[in-house]
Amino acid sequence: MHIIESGNVAAALGVKLAGVQVIAAYPITPQTPLTEKLSELVDSGDMKAEYIPVESEHSALSVCIAASSAGSRTFTATSANGLLYMNEQLHWAAGARLPIVMCVVNRGVGAPWTVWNDHQDAISQRDTGWIQLYACDHQQIIDTVLKAFCLAETVSSPVMVCYDGYILSHTYMPFEIPHEDAVQQFLPPFTPEYKLDPKFPANLNTVTLPDPRPDVRGELAPGYMEIRHNLHMDMRRSLDVIADIETKFTDVFGRGGTPFIEPYRCEDADYVAVCLGSLSYHLRDVIDMLREEGVAIGVAGLRVYRPFPDQAIRDAFSHKKGLIVFEKALSYGYEGPLYADIKAALYAVSDRPTVRNYILGLGGREIKTTQLAAALRESCQVSAGSTDVPEFIGLKM
Amino acid sequence: MAEQTTILNLTDEEFVHPGNRACSGCGLSIVYRVGLKALGRDTILVVPPSCLTVLQGLYPIAATQLPCLNVTFASTAAAATGVLGALRAQGREKTTVAAWAGDGGTSDIGLQALSGACERGEDLIYLCYDNEAYMNTGVQRSGTTPRHVITTTTPITGKHQKKKDVPAIIAAHGIDFVATASAAYPLDLFDKIKAAKQISGPRYLHIHTPCPAGWGFSSRYSVKIGRLAVETGLFDLYVIENGQFRLTGQSQKMLGKKRLPVIAYFKTQSRFRGMTEDQVAQIQSEVDAKWAGYEKMMGEEAGC
Amino acid sequence: MKDEKFGCRKSYSEPGPGDGGRTGSWRVLRPVIDLTKCIPAKKNKPACFTCWLYCPDGVISKTVPPTIDYEYCKGCEICAEECPVGAITMIEESILIMEEEE
Repeated sequence: MHIIESGNVAAALGVKLAGVQVIAAYPITPQTPLTEKLSELVDSGDMKAEYIPVESEHSALSVCIAASSAGSRTFTATSANGLLYMNEQLHWAAGARLPIVMCVVNRGVGAPWTVWNDHQDAISQRDTGWIQLYACDHQQIIDTVLKAFCLAETVSSPVMVCYDGYILSHTYMPFEIPHEDAVQQFLPPFTPEYKLDPKFPANLNTVTLPDPRPDVRGELAPGYMEIRHNLHMDMRRSLDVIADIETKFTDVFGRGGTPFIEPYRCEDADYVAVCLGSLSYHLRDVIDMLREEGVAIGVAGLRVYRPFPDQAIRDAFSHKKGLIVFEKALSYGYEGPLYADIKAALYAVSDRPTVRNYILGLGGREIKTTQLAAALRESCQVSAGSTDVPEFIGLKM
Repeated sequence: MAEQTTILNLTDEEFVHPGNRACSGCGLSIVYRVGLKALGRDTILVVPPSCLTVLQGLYPIAATQLPCLNVTFASTAAAATGVLGALRAQGREKTTVAAWAGDGGTSDIGLQALSGACERGEDLIYLCYDNEAYMNTGVQRSGTTPRHVITTTTPITGKHQKKKDVPAIIAAHGIDFVATASAAYPLDLFDKIKAAKQISGPRYLHIHTPCPAGWGFSSRYSVKIGRLAVETGLFDLYVIENGQFRLTGQSQKMLGKKRLPVIAYFKTQSRFRGMTEDQVAQIQSEVDAKWAGYEKMMGEEAGC
Repeated sequence: MKDEKFGCRKSYSEPGPGDGGRTGSWRVLRPVIDLTKCIPAKKNKPACFTCWLYCPDGVISKTVPPTIDYEYCKGCEICAEECPVGAITMIEESILIMEEEE
């Protein structure tokens, strides 16, 4: 069934379809309509789940951590400072290997206060051990929520589904609601390896020593470092799982695409613009414009930020002349984090493309098509080369 | 309260393994051992960082025989909420969910989550074992450290502020069961937890828990000092059920009787070594005023 | 190293005694029960059990007579302090060890 609704409602309907059992959330703009919709679905009886209106984001994720440890499928959502307030809990959820799914409705972070969109919130939580997926439109939001549960439960790691505040959360678009039967085929019920149960007592997340130590049967159990290594290796392996899930999703629902990078007119392009989130769809218009001018350019949206799809980036871009990385986030005192990651992924490639970095749209600064076109025209000159420092688009200084 | 438990009919089933890492003579060990007897096997525990984390053991061996979720410092009551949500979703509501936190984890960093859980009416038993400082990290002051106590963060002139009255704060949420207890009166604690188990909703127990290492006394006197706190009227045993306050156990017996002077308690512990005579007298007058209030309240109740 | 996926992925502890080792080795003084004074021993029936109630580590049995698990008793002396008839005496471990060796 096709409907026209907001991105937040698309996410809520995905959560309902996924059969989430425990939802906890604390309101923050621009996530609020998502949690309002979920509370409405639960209150009206349309969705059979526990909705827990907690007193903070820290507690929201705490509820999810505990409910997931007790064996339920759980969901929360937040934005900006709410995500930052969860920081400790993000690490905890990942370290405890809990398949929690959270929508991050991307918004700039304070101070000073801003309620508008950029990616600093999610990007700043890059190293918490969460998988980060990015959606570009409402169809991708609802589909990615379903894929996220499948992924999280397969690899025992939490997943963020990130989408742009206002640009996607509050705009209306047509999208198809997946059929319940197909969802059941795609996403089996959650069956945790262990759930808190007095019949099988275990003490979870206790103090763990630097070195391995014998368990009650005398078998050596891993130390903290082995547990961390396993987390890292499973994150790397989850790239394969992401690819498998994309295939499975396409088989079941008849739509889908490339798992890591969503390319547009990239095949014969010399230059490729790269970014996260809805900006890649905005850039498609610019690409069409430049193609008419005779510029061999395409755009690629990254759908996965962590684990970083470095091999997919090498496969797709090694032979290009230049990459232009647009980012709504900054690693203060250095450059765009995605730019740094992409350069690192291409380091071992001989005759690698030049890579340029543009920072834009911070705190909701309007991104104009003309500005994007100008930046790309400049970047596609043979003489352009790589940028030493990121350039800011639309800065009024 | 229903029939009082005696030493003879208290279950000899143990829920905590010996050979754990708690200090010798630890008041929490008494409280925890008896508390788990009252909670019973069909219980899931939620524990933030505290001495209890140490008592419960290092991975991969647990001293506790019940399932337990260790959670971040600020999140105890929220995590208990999450366990409850999952149990409801799975039709496992019969299982008791009990949160065990120290005084720092309750009165300071965990107060917001606890307040939220109480306001939402979560069906949990929250047990705060109050050893009156951050003992696990080396005796730093907490919200419930009494006035004039020397801690490692009030090292010279002692704590200048009053002990935070957490049971009163929790009672102000209008929950149906708030009680205090003491490691020195384990049967009273047992019966209070049993009574709490009979009702649903948020239930809060605040348990005075002597700490030999942190308070500066020989481990031999853990029970004796807990008793002195009650007998001097400094820490009172009571229950607030459905908003009705009443003294219980030893505190109830002390109504209308002469209490031991507070100095009898202070002189047993090196943490009070900085107190002046004036300060002792000031505390004594505060305790006297508090007890005059109790006497008046009980008199009024008897009168009407 | 155990290879079950789950146990290696997270800190998952199973109940067992002696996580802190044989905590009896912490002891400086050993509680010894004088059965001629101990109430349940004298009466030869369940009674008193004050020592059992207050033992922080649950190493005193609720039996007639009560026994102490010296493997794990930390020697805190609470039992000796609380015994209503003074039946428990704390004796220096070193003296007892020397006696045992003789």
